Amino acid sequence: MAQIHTHAAGEHDSAFAGLLVNDANWAFGSDFEDPLAGVDTTVPDGVDAGDLALYCLMLADDALVYSHRLSEWCSNAPDLEEDLAIANVALDLLGQARLLLARAAAADPSIVPALPDGSPVPPEDALAFFRRDPQFRNVRLAELPNGDFAELIARLLVFSAARLALFERLAGSRDAVLAAVAAKGVKEMTYHRDFAGRWFLTLARGTEESRTRLEAALVGVLRLESELFETHEVESRVATAGVGVDPATTAAEVDAVLSQVFAVSGIERPRVNPLAGLAGRKGRDGAHTEALSRLLAEMQVVAREHPMGRW
Amino acid sequence: MVNIERARAVAETVTDPELPMLTLADLGVLRGVGVDAAGRVEVAITPTYSGCPAMATMRDDLVRRLTDEGFGDVVVRVELEPAWTTDWISERGRTALREAGISAPGPAPRRAGPVPLTLGPVRRAVTCPRCGTADVEVTSEFGATACKALYRCRACLEPFEHVKEI
Repeated sequence: MAQIHTHAAGEHDSAFAGLLVNDANWAFGSDFEDPLAGVDTTVPDGVDAGDLALYCLMLADDALVYSHRLSEWCSNAPDLEEDLAIANVALDLLGQARLLLARAAAADPSIVPALPDGSPVPPEDALAFFRRDPQFRNVRLAELPNGDFAELIARLLVFSAARLALFERLAGSRDAVLAAVAAKGVKEMTYHRDFAGRWFLTLARGTEESRTRLEAALVGVLRLESELFETHEVESRVATAGVGVDPATTAAEVDAVLSQVFAVSGIERPRVNPLAGLAGRKGRDGAHTEALSRLLAEMQVVAREHPMGRW
Repeated sequence: MVNIERARAVAETVTDPELPMLTLADLGVLRGVGVDAAGRVEVAITPTYSGCPAMATMRDDLVRRLTDEGFGDVVVRVELEPAWTTDWISERGRTALREAGISAPGPAPRRAGPVPLTLGPVRRAVTCPRCGTADVEVTSEFGATACKALYRCRACLEPFEHVKEI
C-alpha cells in the first residue's frame, strides 16, 4: 500500500523534500533489473572467457560512449523531430551497451571493478561508471566532442554503417547472447543509418552553408574511419573462434555504402590522414584522446560519489 | 501444483506500461508462461527495442498481478532470441492501437543478404487513424517511444503516431 504524503510546515523550502518520503515510488530503491535475467550465459567452447569479455567491452564501449555523445544533443537539435530522433538512437545504443556490459561481466567476472562490500551497484554499472579511461576499449570516433549538426550526421552515418555491417555478421556468432544482441541491433541500426543517410543528402544538396559545413565535418570524422576496420588481437582471436567478427572483413561493404551516399549527394569524399595512435596504440588498446577523460568525468561523477547508492 | 493455464490467463491480462490499451500478450512481448525446475511460475518476456526502459516495469507488473492472484513465487526471465518483431502484434492488438488513434504496423521487412540503404522516404500503406485518408506524410521516423514514427495527415492536419515495422 503506497504511503500518502502530506506536506509538513516549512517543507516547501525544498522542491525535492516530498520526493524522499516514500522511496518505493521514485528512482531511489527501484529494483535493479538484470538485462540478461534468466539468459544462458555459458561461455562457448573454444574461446577464452577473458577474450570474450574484452570483446564484449569493445562493442559495449563503442555504444556507451557514443550514446553519451548523442544524449548531449538532447534539447539542442534544430527541431523537435530531430531531437527525438537523436535521443531514440542514443537509447537504442545505450540498450545495446547494457546487454553487452552484462554479457562481458557474466563471461569473466574478474573484469568488473571492485566496489566496497555491500555495494548494490550491479556489474553493468560498475563497468560503466567505475572504470578509468585507459580501461575503455571504444574506438576514438565514438568519443570525439560534438560539433555542429553536420558533424552529428557525418559521424552517425560512418558509425552506424560500420556497426550495422559488423552486427549483421555477428548475428551468426557461436555465442548465443552476442548473436541475439546483434540480430536485434541490426533492426535498430537500419533506422539509424537511414536517418543519417537522408540528412546527409539533405545537407549536401541544401544550401552553400550546409554543404560547406558537411564537407568540413567530414574531414574530422574520416580521420577516425580507418580505425573502425583495424583488427585488434582480441578481435582476431574471437573471430577465429567463431564468436566475434574481424572488423576488417566489413571494410569493403561499409565503403560501398558510403560510396553510394557520396555519389547520390554529389560530394567528393575528402582524402585525409588517419589520426595517429600513441606509439601505435589506439582506442581498442585503451589509448584515447583527452575528450574521453572529460566525457567520463561528467558521466561517472554521480555514481562515483555514491558507490553504495541505489538508483 | 501450479495451475499453469490460470497463471497464463492472468499474465495475459497485464498491459504494456507505454501502450496501456494493449496487453503484453497482444504486443507479442509475453513469450511464454511455464513452471521452472523449482516449481515457480516462470514468465518469459522480450524487449521491443534493446533500450526499452519499460522492461523493469513490465516485470514488476507481471509479478504483482500473479502474486495478487495467489501465485506465490514468480520469476520473470528475459528472452532475447528470436528478436521481437511487430509481426507478433495480434489482430486484437492492432485493433486496440487503431481505436486509440495509433496507426498499426504493416508487415515487417524480410530480407536475405545485406540490409539495403534507404535514402528516400519510407513507403508505407498508412492511413490517418482519424479521417481514414491515405494522404499522410512522415514527419520523423522516431517518436516519443522507440517503437513509433511520427506522421501528419494532410487532409485533417492532425499529427499521429505509427508503430514502425521491425
